[in-house]
Amino acid sequence: MSLKKYVLAGATALAMVGVAITAAHADHFDDGQWGMTAKALKGKTVAYVPISMGFDLAQGWAAAMQKSADKWGYKLVINDPNWSASAGVQAIGQLLAQKPDVLVIQPFDPQSYAKLIKKALDQGTKVVQINMESVTHGDAYVGSDWYDVAATEMDLMEKACGKAAGKNGKIALIPGIPTNPGQMVGTQAINDKLKQYPDLQVVATQAAEYDPTKAHDVALTILKQHPDLCGIPGTWDGQDVGTAAAIKEAGLLGKVYLVTSGGGRQAAACDYIANGSYSAYVSYDGKGQGRDLVGSVVSLLQDSEKAGSHPVGVYSSLKIITKETMSTGSCWTIEDIKANGA
Amino acid sequence: MNGQDIGRFFRSAQFSQEKIVFSIAVVMFVVFSATLQGFLTTGNVISLVQSVSILGVLSIGMALTIFGRGIDLSIVSNMAISVAWVLYLANQHVSLPAALLCGLGLNLAIGLLNGVLIAYVEIPAIFATLAMGTAVYGFGHSILVNSDVIFLPNADPWFKALGGGSVLGIPSPVLWLIALCAVVFLFLRFTRPGRFIFGMGDNPLAARIAGIPVRPMIVLQYLISSLIGFLAGIITATLVNSMNTRVANSTLVYDVILVVAIGGVGLSGGKGSVRNVIVGTLLIGTLFNGMTILDVPYTLQNIVKSVILLIAIVTDSLLNPRDEQTSQQGDI
Repeated sequence: MSLKKYVLAGATALAMVGVAITAAHADHFDDGQWGMTAKALKGKTVAYVPISMGFDLAQGWAAAMQKSADKWGYKLVINDPNWSASAGVQAIGQLLAQKPDVLVIQPFDPQSYAKLIKKALDQGTKVVQINMESVTHGDAYVGSDWYDVAATEMDLMEKACGKAAGKNGKIALIPGIPTNPGQMVGTQAINDKLKQYPDLQVVATQAAEYDPTKAHDVALTILKQHPDLCGIPGTWDGQDVGTAAAIKEAGLLGKVYLVTSGGGRQAAACDYIANGSYSAYVSYDGKGQGRDLVGSVVSLLQDSEKAGSHPVGVYSSLKIITKETMSTGSCWTIEDIKANGA
Repeated sequence: MNGQDIGRFFRSAQFSQEKIVFSIAVVMFVVFSATLQGFLTTGNVISLVQSVSILGVLSIGMALTIFGRGIDLSIVSNMAISVAWVLYLANQHVSLPAALLCGLGLNLAIGLLNGVLIAYVEIPAIFATLAMGTAVYGFGHSILVNSDVIFLPNADPWFKALGGGSVLGIPSPVLWLIALCAVVFLFLRFTRPGRFIFGMGDNPLAARIAGIPVRPMIVLQYLISSLIGFLAGIITATLVNSMNTRVANSTLVYDVILVVAIGGVGLSGGKGSVRNVIVGTLLIGTLFNGMTILDVPYTLQNIVKSVILLIAIVTDSLLNPRDEQTSQQGDI
C-alpha cells in the first residue's frame, strides 16, 4: 500500500468515527433549544447543603435534582451538616473552593450564611436558597412563605373554632422553639391573625422543641386542664404526631381540631389525615418544591448573567389537605421522586 | 461557715438530700393543689406521672450505672437509634418480631461495647459513653435509618398497646415505670450482683480485693442500662407513634442526670436507691406539670430547670463530700 492509500484509509476511518459520534448526538431530536440546553448543562456542578439530609424534604429535593442531573449530565455534590450551622459554614466554605456553578443551600437562620453567599456571588457561583432566606439575597429563593403557612393554619382554626362555627374559640399554641427564626415569622402571623379573629382565645402557649414526646406531654396536660379546648394550630408534622397521640389518648379525637403543616410526604401527612389524627394539614408540597428547585437550578445553569444580579422568589403553593380534599396526588413519596423526578 | 461546716450541719440535722427533695416536691404539690385549678384531679395527677414515666425509666437505667461509679451518656442515642431501626425495618416489611430482635441485638451490642471499653480497656465511663453516643448516632444515621423521624408502621395492636395502652385507666408507661422500679429494687436489694454494684461503686479496689468480679460486673451494668434504654424507646415509639432520633442531640440525657442527681443519688457512686430516683422523677413531674398549667414561658422554664440542677449538685457535694481514699480515679 502506498502512503496515499494509508492516508485515505485513515481518513475514512476517522470520518466513520465522526459520523458515528454525530449520529449518537443526532439521536435526540433537536429543535435548537434542546441542543443549547444540553450543551449548557453538561459537565456543570451543583453543590447542595441542606440543614440535614435526615428529613424527608431535603431527601425529596436531592432526589429531584439527582434525577435532573442524571438526565442532563451535570454533577450534584451533597454535603450534610446534620443540623449544625457551624458544620454548614465549613461545608459551604470547602465547596466554594471547588468553584461549583450553582450552590443550593438551606440556611438555618438569616445570619449564619450571609457572608458566604456574598463570597459565592463574588466568585461567580450562583446561589439558590431553599425554605429559609438569608439577609443576603442569592439568585433565587425557592420555598415556603412561612408567614402564609401559619396564617393559613389560623384561617382554618377560625373556620373550625370561631363564632361562625358555633364554637368557643379556645385554642392552644404548641410552637417548636420560640426563638427559632422560622418560628418567629409564624408567631408574627399568628398574632396578626389573632387580632383579625378576636373570637379566638389562646388558653396556653407551651413550646415542644420540635420533639413529639414533649408535644405529647404538653398537649396532654393542656387537654386535662382545658377539656373544652376547640383546636390546636400545630407547628410541624414531626412534632405534632405527638400532639395527635395525646388528643387520642385524652379521648378527644375528632373533638379537638388539630391542624399541622409540613412537606406533605405520604407517611407523615396523608396517612395521618386518613386515620383522623390530623383534622387538616397545610402542605408546602415537597415534591412541588423539588420541581421549583430543579427549574431554578437549570435556568441558572443556562443563564449567562452575572451571579446575584437578578434575585427572584419562587414561593411554594400551599395545599390544604383534609379528609374531604385528599386524593391520590395529595402527598408524595421519596421513592416516587427518585423514580419519576419531581 | 465554710462548705464543710454547712455539710456537717446538714448531716448532723439528719437532712438527707432525698428528704429535702421529697419535702420540696410535697410542698410544691400542696401549693399547686391549693392554688391551681385543675391540678388536683385524678386525670391531671395521672398525666403528671405519665409525662415523666419515660424519663423515670431512663433514669433508673442511668442510676444503675451511677451506683457502680459509672455513667451512661450514650443511653439516649442508643435508645433512639436501636428503636428507630426497629421501626425502619418494620416499615420495610420485615416482620415485627424479627425487627425487634435486630434492634435489641444492636442495643445490647452497644451496651457490651460500652462495658468492654470501660472495664477492660479502662477508659473512663464518661468519655467512653460520650464517644459511643456520638458514634452510635452517626453510624445509625449513615447506615441503618434514612430519616430523623421514623413513623410507626401500621403494626399489631399489641405492639401499639405497649406504650399507648392502659389498664384500669392507668396508662401503660406508668405501669412500665412501676414494674421496672420493682424489678430493679429487688435486683439491687436481694441479688448478689445487685449488692456487688454498690460495693464496686463505693470502693472499686476494695471490691476487687474482696473477690468481686469487678470487670464482668461493669459489663453487666452497661448491658442492663442499654436494655432499659431500649425499653424506654419502645414505650416512647408506641406512645407517640414515631421515634425522633434527634433526641440523641437534645438535652434529654441531661434531664435524666438531673432526675438522678436531684433525687440524691451520689454522683461519685455507691450511694442511693431506686427510691431516690422515684423522688427525683416526682419532683420534676410536679414542677413541669405545674409550670405547664401556669403557662410559664419556655425560656423561663429552662432557667428554672437549670437552677434546680445546680442546687441539686451543690447539695450533693455538701452532703456527699469526696472521700480522699477512694475517689482517686474513675469518678465523675
